[in-house]
Amino acid sequence: MAEIRNYTMNFGPQHPAAHGVLRLVLELDGEVVRRADPHIGLLHRATEKLAENKTYIQSVPYMDRLDYVSMMVNEHAYVMAIEKLLDIDVPLTAQYIRVMFDEITRILNHLLWIGAHALDVGAMTMFLYAFREREDLMDCYEAVSGARMHAAYYRPGGVYRDLPDTMPKYQSSKIHDEKKTRIRNANREGSLLDFIEDFTDRFPNYVDEYETLLTDNRIWKQRLVDIGVVSPERAKALGFTGPMLRGSGVEWDLRKKQPYEVYDRLDFDIPIGVNGDCYDRYLVRIEEFRQSNRIIRQCVEWLRSNPGPVITDNHKVAPPSRLDMKQNMEEMIHHFKLFTEGFHVPPGETYAAVEHPKGEFGIYLVSNGANKPYRLKIRAPGFAHLAALDEMSRGHMIADVVAIIGTQDIVFGEIDR
Amino acid sequence: MSTSNQQEILAKTLHIVLADKLVSSQFQHDELTIIVHAQHILSVGELLRDNPEFAFDTLIDLCGIDYSAYGDSLSVRHGLRERRFAVIYHLLSVSLNHRLRIRVLVEDNEFPAIDSVTEIWPVANWFEREAFDLYGIVFNNHPDLRRILTDYGFIGNPFRKDFPLSGYVEMRYDDEQKRVIYQPVSIEPREITPHVIREEHYGDSEF
Repeated sequence: MAEIRNYTMNFGPQHPAAHGVLRLVLELDGEVVRRADPHIGLLHRATEKLAENKTYIQSVPYMDRLDYVSMMVNEHAYVMAIEKLLDIDVPLTAQYIRVMFDEITRILNHLLWIGAHALDVGAMTMFLYAFREREDLMDCYEAVSGARMHAAYYRPGGVYRDLPDTMPKYQSSKIHDEKKTRIRNANREGSLLDFIEDFTDRFPNYVDEYETLLTDNRIWKQRLVDIGVVSPERAKALGFTGPMLRGSGVEWDLRKKQPYEVYDRLDFDIPIGVNGDCYDRYLVRIEEFRQSNRIIRQCVEWLRSNPGPVITDNHKVAPPSRLDMKQNMEEMIHHFKLFTEGFHVPPGETYAAVEHPKGEFGIYLVSNGANKPYRLKIRAPGFAHLAALDEMSRGHMIADVVAIIGTQDIVFGEIDR
Repeated sequence: MSTSNQQEILAKTLHIVLADKLVSSQFQHDELTIIVHAQHILSVGELLRDNPEFAFDTLIDLCGIDYSAYGDSLSVRHGLRERRFAVIYHLLSVSLNHRLRIRVLVEDNEFPAIDSVTEIWPVANWFEREAFDLYGIVFNNHPDLRRILTDYGFIGNPFRKDFPLSGYVEMRYDDEQKRVIYQPVSIEPREITPHVIREEHYGDSEF
């Protein structure tokens, strides 16, 4: 009898289904995966080391670049850790704004996930649909921070500025004449809150559209059902969090279990899966779309009726207003100190975690009293998920590896850091 | 929500159950930290996972830390003294909804080594590889201790405090050799904002 040996295959790092720069070394027996060895670190930028050499505020934009599809949630964990060590309070309005943008970010993240996941599995249309909605949400980012992706909007003590009263508008061009432009600008006439509300009115219908395309789709189910099954006990042992853990049927969500900011005042549900396969994780994330939409609506309603300060008035941490800075000597000194030396954080250590769209995103911060962190450890949810890829893909076909990478919602910015 | 009350009960139970395996415990910002001797980490970890009063079913994070530049007074206050490296474990109990931080000071500064907890929490596998890569802490009985984040063939442990931020080597494409080559770094290290520690009550009003 001929001797049959397993062979190893290299997958990535330049592969469209590798979601960035994943290099996988697969040991195959025919088409069946016997072992998967992910090689990571191709996007390693030593964010944690860089943060040790920068003032606290200078590291905020680095957080955007960790998980570059859920920018503001990364910042949230970072500023929460600093606030915990400084022991400062965040104004209520700022907390609502943060929660609202966390949920907008969650939708942004899941939209990219569903687009890319469906594209990997073979459904091209989803990608185009998802990017249509992402465009609107990125406009919200732009309106509030000036940047479409890397916002640097959350600051220790609140958020950088209040929500704007106007939305940026399209301008007519050769392609879109004035009449067309007026139609495109119809929902941009009011404030940012009006625009977001208009989006939340439309969004549930969009989710229905996605579901018509995918949920009962025969090919979609054939590719996802019973693929990458993880039992609840195993999911916990493997350090899964977020939709990966909930897909296995564990009811765990930091927004409910260890509420931060104003999540305990809001009304929303936590979807969980039953079988722990890729299809259940898909259903969980689809339901999270709807729940996030609900949270955003409640935040918009609250923010409409409760204007207020959006950043702490402790000028040792947050910069004073321009007017005060020009007129008041003490504020001038505060301003100068903040933008040269930065603020000092009392010695100590803390761990702050948020419910990131991908799971638990934590910042472990050690300070020795300086104007820079002594040690910053970023706990990225995707790191633990990708570590389990070997176990999840064993015994599956090679095409299923792509589905499993898709369901894990891998982004290399946070895994390689 | 793990309230401070719940954490205090947890601290008391830990003192009773762990007895002399526990070096000390700290309570700060509603977070409980225990310090454990390196030789006990396996037995303590197993106990924390299996004892129904703790039920720490998830290791949420594991990281190394280099205390060599932490500051003398702080090191003494936190009982670090001559120890340079430590491993920090962040545990989470999904079933009981509480958290715990374990700090283990690693014995040898020249050749830091500690037992691996991959048998207790499989998630530790990659986290320990990361700590090995970045700090050079060796984990005994780890199934697959390789570098994870740095480049193939990288030399040194980049997150140690004595490793320069710009590193030692840089990469470029060499047109003559028609391949990518490594060479010593050509940029000067620079510090834009100086590292400042103020004495206590600096800037407070006298009145």
